[in-house]
Amino acid sequence: MEYSVRIQGVSKSYGKKTVLDHIDLDIQRGQIYGLIGPSGAGKTTLVKMLVGMDKADKGTVHVLNRKMPNLELLQNIGYMAQSDALYTELTGEENLKFFASLFKLNKAEQKERIAYTADLVHLTDELKKKVSAYSGGMKRRLSLAIALIQNPQILILDEPTVGIDPELRLSIWNELLRLKNSAGKTIIVTTHVMDEAGRCDYLAMVRDGRIITSGSPRDLMANYGVNSLEDVFLNAGGKRQ
Amino acid sequence: MRTSALIKRIGQQMLRDKRTLALLFVAPLLILTLMYFIFNGNGDGENPKLGLVNIMAPVAEALKQGNIDIVDVNGVTSEVIKENKLEGILGLVDGKLTLLLENSDPSQAKALLMKINKSVASLAQNATGSSLPISIETDYVYGSSETTFFDVLSPILVGFFVFFFVFLISGIGLLRERTTGTLERLMSTPIRRAEVITGYLAGYGIFAIIQTIIVVLFAVNVLDISLVGSIWNVLLINLLLALVALSLGILLSTFAASEFQMVQFIPVVVIPQIFFAGIVPLDGIADWLQAVGKIMPLYYAADALKGVMYRGVGFTEITKDLLVLVAFAAIFIGLNVLALKKYRKQ
Repeated sequence: MEYSVRIQGVSKSYGKKTVLDHIDLDIQRGQIYGLIGPSGAGKTTLVKMLVGMDKADKGTVHVLNRKMPNLELLQNIGYMAQSDALYTELTGEENLKFFASLFKLNKAEQKERIAYTADLVHLTDELKKKVSAYSGGMKRRLSLAIALIQNPQILILDEPTVGIDPELRLSIWNELLRLKNSAGKTIIVTTHVMDEAGRCDYLAMVRDGRIITSGSPRDLMANYGVNSLEDVFLNAGGKRQ
Repeated sequence: MRTSALIKRIGQQMLRDKRTLALLFVAPLLILTLMYFIFNGNGDGENPKLGLVNIMAPVAEALKQGNIDIVDVNGVTSEVIKENKLEGILGLVDGKLTLLLENSDPSQAKALLMKINKSVASLAQNATGSSLPISIETDYVYGSSETTFFDVLSPILVGFFVFFFVFLISGIGLLRERTTGTLERLMSTPIRRAEVITGYLAGYGIFAIIQTIIVVLFAVNVLDISLVGSIWNVLLINLLLALVALSLGILLSTFAASEFQMVQFIPVVVIPQIFFAGIVPLDGIADWLQAVGKIMPLYYAADALKGVMYRGVGFTEITKDLLVLVAFAAIFIGLNVLALKKYRKQ
């Protein structure tokens, strides 16, 4: 089995507050892996460790068989944070160009990737506009395009569909599925929306810094003898108490 | 490569933000001009009244042409000045030219002294072999030759405005990057921490250099602030000061959660520096307070600027001040690279 990400015995606390408590998880290559849980469960902290922004107090994080944090590995990781994180004075194209030039891409590759990602998120006609004139959905899409700019092996999306209308959410999910199927990307998504969880290949339910249960959506529902992931979450959470 | 991408982006952002550019380039000139008129309030008003004792006609004529009102008096004393409400008395006493200045307004006294010096010097040059001594012995009714106003103040002000605006704009620039999450995103790319800081220093540094050049040229050429020494030294001092302000602004933005908090650093970090920069004479204050002044970058920049602009000293005499400024910048830059660890552990 080929793993894109291996997290072993990871714990993290800020002061007295334990944010992550002995997390173990493996993410297979070419999967859409969902981290599901309420706000404050520790999803973002976990994701930040994958990008090397945070360091575990205990345990190890391996990405593509190399230990994080590792600067070179970031070439292979596309990261989209919860906030859009765009330069609003610049145009969409200038934003893409700026981030493209931070990665190892030559001029021709840059051009090609900018055209490709812009087309992917349907922003080709809006590239010359300043980002301050973009709608919320357009900003989100541009943010996704930036995360894809260097053609990363792994895509990490922290709450990618928060504040997005259902139509756009559907189109983003279709893109993610296409990236997985046609390009074999590993995609890690955090969300607290249960109907999105159903689209993932594999789920880990996070609560209070612990993984309370994990498995494919179908297996999870079967194991708990329920018909919805919401019930799985409630049952799994309830067992612990 | 990455650094140049950063520089280019900062340039694009700055050029889009016209108001910030205006603040950076025009506001210092506005304030400097305002201060100039405040401190030189009476400069263009009435001609100064000068009493003469035993002065020959050509000199009196030259003084008159220099817009000085001439009155003949009978002695070089404070009493005569007060009696006749004069700004000063010039007299030839025992073969020596003696000038007694009233000096209640140092800037006026200074201007008068310069006019007299100029008239006498040009006269002495034209008529070689004349019996007129070139050196003038100057005395003051109030204060001393040390009490001058804008000429001493202006070098400090030039340095201060360069420091202040660069500090503010670079600090808020990086702060915005922190609050919008773009810094976090930047740190999720393979860019090195030192590359980020270098990019920031260079990106804003370009604007700081332009600002410094505009401010210095404006002060010297338009406001006629006295510049005895070399303008290149003045530019060099201000550029180093801008670098210190740039790195300090970026560093302090780490400790601010919003633009508002960044502005709150002004009374804490910026204003105290102006007091220690030499606007207020520091000789009289407590030793420990003088020591506080020595940890302020503006203290050294002001010392060097006063030296070059007012006293006309050369490069070797300001080397120590320049080295201290370089040290300040190096420390702040190093701390900046460390502070970015907050965003990425490597």
